[in-house]
Amino acid sequence: MADEEKPKPEAPKPEAPKPEVPAGEPKAAVPKPPPPPPGAKPAAPAAPPKPKGPQQEPWTSPLVDALKEKFGGEFIKSYSFLTQNQIEVKKDRIAEIMMFLRDNTISPFDYLVDETAVHWPKTEEFEIVYILYSHPKNEHVRVKTRIKEWEPIESVVGVWTTADWLEREVYDMFGVQYANHPNLKRILLPEDWVGYPLRKDYNIRLQDVEWVRKHLGIDSGQKYYVGEARAEDTGYVTPSD
Amino acid sequence: MSTQEQTLFDANEITVSMGPQHPSTHGVLQVKLKLDGERVIDAECVIGYLHRGVEKLGEAQTYGQFVPTLDRMDYIAAVSNCLGYCEAIEKLLGVTAPPRAQYIRVIMTELNRITSHLLWLGTHAIDLGAVTVFLYCFREREEILKIFENYCGARLTTHMFRIGGTQYEIYEGFHDQVRTFIKDFPKKVDEYETLLTENRIWIGRTRGVGVISAKDAIDYGLTGPSLRGSGVEWDLRKAKPYAVYSDFQFDIPVGGQGDTYDRYMVRLEEMRQSARIISQAVEKIPDGPLMAKMSKIIKPPVGDIYHSIEAPKGELGYYIVSDGSTQAYRARVRPPSFVNLQALRKMCAGHMVADVVAIIGTLDIVLGEIDR
Repeated sequence: MADEEKPKPEAPKPEAPKPEVPAGEPKAAVPKPPPPPPGAKPAAPAAPPKPKGPQQEPWTSPLVDALKEKFGGEFIKSYSFLTQNQIEVKKDRIAEIMMFLRDNTISPFDYLVDETAVHWPKTEEFEIVYILYSHPKNEHVRVKTRIKEWEPIESVVGVWTTADWLEREVYDMFGVQYANHPNLKRILLPEDWVGYPLRKDYNIRLQDVEWVRKHLGIDSGQKYYVGEARAEDTGYVTPSD
Repeated sequence: MSTQEQTLFDANEITVSMGPQHPSTHGVLQVKLKLDGERVIDAECVIGYLHRGVEKLGEAQTYGQFVPTLDRMDYIAAVSNCLGYCEAIEKLLGVTAPPRAQYIRVIMTELNRITSHLLWLGTHAIDLGAVTVFLYCFREREEILKIFENYCGARLTTHMFRIGGTQYEIYEGFHDQVRTFIKDFPKKVDEYETLLTENRIWIGRTRGVGVISAKDAIDYGLTGPSLRGSGVEWDLRKAKPYAVYSDFQFDIPVGGQGDTYDRYMVRLEEMRQSARIISQAVEKIPDGPLMAKMSKIIKPPVGDIYHSIEAPKGELGYYIVSDGSTQAYRARVRPPSFVNLQALRKMCAGHMVADVVAIIGTLDIVLGEIDR
């Protein structure tokens, strides 16, 4: 592929810090046509501009209906994107909802494939994503919920044991606080590391320089200290400069 | 290093730290063991020594640039890493790789599965004291690595596929080289079996060691041979066929009681089945282009996708969130080894220290993938 060997001028440079605000969120709603002004002649119905790319399509199933019935106030919506089914719920009773999804008879999701988070700094939110799979029904579903950056969320370790390490990793990388987790501590980074690397405000060149100096006895040469990353300063200087 | 704690009358609880520089942990893995004499009471894994921030790198590199980085996760099975990611992005783009590329992908991925299992078998046998097998395994592994080298110039971190297809055309003599290898290979597997399967020491070290029931295995999220060893007939190549796996005949081997011996038998049979897939695929590689028609700058639409494949070690998944730019907004990797290793604690409890080595081996972990 040519774009690997020859960097195009319009492609963003890898070393430039990413803009804080994402270009767009995946939940782009279909734009509604503006209402016609009162009294105006009904013009020929112009076809609304066809949205680019794949869109969310309505999806429902007996399981979604049962979920709606049991957790009416918690349910937000269910849809299918690129044939992958997704359910959005509120975060307050997440462990109960997961227990229901695991134990129901319609499609028991007995296997937690993955649990991860996506950071949306614009709304100061984390989106927690649970990918579930049902061995008896051979079916995937993705459950999403949103929490504010400072809010805790109920742990699902009581539902699937595999969530233990997955939640520890989300805590390690994003700083999401899980309530009722049996052993919530860092898993990949050292225990005394400062900062949560996969947050969008954590620059890719950011490093806990103090930690490196203390434990490895070297100067890492990174310019950015934790908490001092500035988006407008893109220069990178080594100590010898 | 060990510290002794005196308990009431009978037992001395000892804490032993195994690793991170321990030959049988297959990388930099530290296992803290709580022992009663020589019996394991509890085990805790300390990981992260090899953490390189792959997921963060995925947000800073373009979709194409990220592929070689992924080869460095599970460096034993780099081709699988590459396949899973390329297919995930293709799914998001709405592109399908041409049939010729798909067939090449299947052949290479299955060859890679064999190399991964061969390396596992060799090192697992060494851990348990059977040194000879290692030499036999590496003899065959070398043949496959030669095919890789002829095809793309690299042996381990291959970067074999591209988003939208493959870059390289197969070389002259590829068919013959693969055919020759596949023709002899099942006999070679039989040869390994003569060394181990009915060996009394091997049976003694593996039968009844690290037993995990099917229900627990699913609860712990085990996938791949570690799950199938417990008798769950589940393989993503059959359950959710990707690439062109639905075109081929193959069986899913399963174990009975979920111990180390069963997982050994499952992986041996998987190598035979991989050979079976390759022998079917190599005979009917279709003609045609290698790359799908797509723009040179990869800009997937806004949205998210989860795609997973059956890597040699289990389910390897990619969860990609795109914001419509040339770089992923979030590139999450669901590594099989990371999730499988979590079951170590459960599988070790009540066993001897020497069995811990067997159990780490039977989980077939790669630390590059666990720590990312």
